[in-house]
Amino acid sequence: MTTLESPPSDNDSAFDEPVGKAGDKVFFGLSFGAAALILITLAAVAFFLFIQGLPTFTGDGTELDGDGSFFAYVGPLVFGTIYLSCIALLLATPVAIAVALYISHYAPRKVAQTLGYFIDLLAAIPSVVYGLWGITVLAPVISTSMFPWLRDNLGFIPVFGSDVAIAQSGRSTFTVGVVLAVMVLPIITAISREVFLQTPRLHEEASLALGATRWEVIRQAVIPYGRSGVISGAMLGLGRALGETMAVAIILSPARGYFWDVLTAQNSNSIASNIALQFPESSGLEVNRLIATGLVLFLLTFGVNAIARRVANAGFSGADG
Amino acid sequence: MNRPAVKHPNQSKVDTPVTESISALQATQTDSVVDPNAPVDMPNRIDVKDLDIYYGDFKAVENVSMTINPNSVTALIGPSGCGKSTFLRSLNRMHEVISGAYVDGSVIINGKDLYGPSVDPVAVRRKIGMVFQRPNPFPTMSIADNVLAGKKLNSKRLSKSDANDLVEKSLRGANLWDEVKDRLDKPGSGLSGGQQQRLCIARAIAVEPDVLLMDEPCSALDPISTLAIEELMLELKDAYNIVIVTHNMQQAARVSNRTGFFSIEGTGKPGKLIEMDATEKIFSNPSKQETQDYVTGRFG
Repeated sequence: MTTLESPPSDNDSAFDEPVGKAGDKVFFGLSFGAAALILITLAAVAFFLFIQGLPTFTGDGTELDGDGSFFAYVGPLVFGTIYLSCIALLLATPVAIAVALYISHYAPRKVAQTLGYFIDLLAAIPSVVYGLWGITVLAPVISTSMFPWLRDNLGFIPVFGSDVAIAQSGRSTFTVGVVLAVMVLPIITAISREVFLQTPRLHEEASLALGATRWEVIRQAVIPYGRSGVISGAMLGLGRALGETMAVAIILSPARGYFWDVLTAQNSNSIASNIALQFPESSGLEVNRLIATGLVLFLLTFGVNAIARRVANAGFSGADG
Repeated sequence: MNRPAVKHPNQSKVDTPVTESISALQATQTDSVVDPNAPVDMPNRIDVKDLDIYYGDFKAVENVSMTINPNSVTALIGPSGCGKSTFLRSLNRMHEVISGAYVDGSVIINGKDLYGPSVDPVAVRRKIGMVFQRPNPFPTMSIADNVLAGKKLNSKRLSKSDANDLVEKSLRGANLWDEVKDRLDKPGSGLSGGQQQRLCIARAIAVEPDVLLMDEPCSALDPISTLAIEELMLELKDAYNIVIVTHNMQQAARVSNRTGFFSIEGTGKPGKLIEMDATEKIFSNPSKQETQDYVTGRFG
């Protein structure tokens, strides 16, 4: 075996010449700093909530109304928050899926674009506007038309048929649920639309070639592929509904306690709305207690987002292939 | 490759050659193996007449007329962009998934024009199945559910035992049964590429189509899987009318009875059927110089 001499190199092709790396370093520093800032902010908020909320547990409970137990105070609020959000999700998700499917698979391109634009616009409306619309327009209308109908026809479902009178003003859990549903609709629609559009053409054609109608293609290829995306979209919507403040604060007439009936004037408040309503009139330990409820909301939302993330990741890797 | 005599159980019993019965006609056809181009008078023959295919203003395929005989494999070859895939897809109206697609001309099978005014493309696809370039089993379905996917579309209630029988029969038909019989409830996406493609063939034959279209079914597979699919095609042609588009000329030579050669004059021009003949003739002694150039590798 003969060895070959490496041909002599001219200086231009030397590997050991340094390449300018200053730009790399600066950009790395900037992007790392930005990423770190997110974590620092998050930690700062959590730290503030914890420190400011702590006196609720260590301080003298007699200063507070009720029996002073924090969990008795926050319990109905957690219930109200989750209950309102779930109603919103229950109403919004089917509509969002239908709208997303219409945009992705039925509508002509022009219509789809326009509709998508208007859906996104829904997300841009400030929540205080939704609140005002809810109390001045929606509440009076549905309390006279829909509420009696729901009670008469769906009264066999416990949440609709109670002995307590219908809220004549319409300021009830159901109304808030509807308004929150409109507010979370854009998020769920946008994410569902994206995953439906990403359905591999391969799978849709597989279905078509078997003689599937358009609806059957959707059932066989599109929805199974997009299921995890829809779920994570719904979870993000839930995250928004949980933290919604103004719309709830404006519309709802809250009471303290656990109330399942959705049409009556007695309703459980949500955490965020309760903070907004109580904060101006609070002092001392009451403020600490409100901040502690804020910590609970923070953890709740954090948990929902974590679940959404996990569902999305699991789903996409599973559907790929 | 000579056109193999069609084996048919009824063949030996035929004693009335003048009748219109299928078996009699098959016997006649078997006697005349000398001319594979002669249209056989049997069910599921496809007659394409003066077919132009358009995508909006763009004419993709121009003036194709051909007869595709049943119980045989017909291969379509040609350079990229020559319209052979488009033509294949027009045989079960799958090209219509691109909006603005339409055809001029007729495709007649069993006396019916696929493009007749009252014909539903969905019904066409239930009778004319298709296997695609890349294996595409439904990723969220089990192997068994994949096989049954087409059958379930007819929304007939299938009894458990009937379903199991159909799964076994279809998977056996696709030479896949022995490899997957112990994991029918596992997802189809866990199989190898070649197995997935055979699963797709099983899914296509489970609905008992009249015709099976294959759009480059082996181009994403390794040589061993390709061999398995080619053997399968040779088995399936006894029961189905198979049309295959392939880039692989050796494959066309190995599996097909007749071959059609498509070509285009240039980009933006419509594809045309240059010639169609017995596979052996196309690859040894084609009538057109263009075909000769292509099959000998001088262009394309």
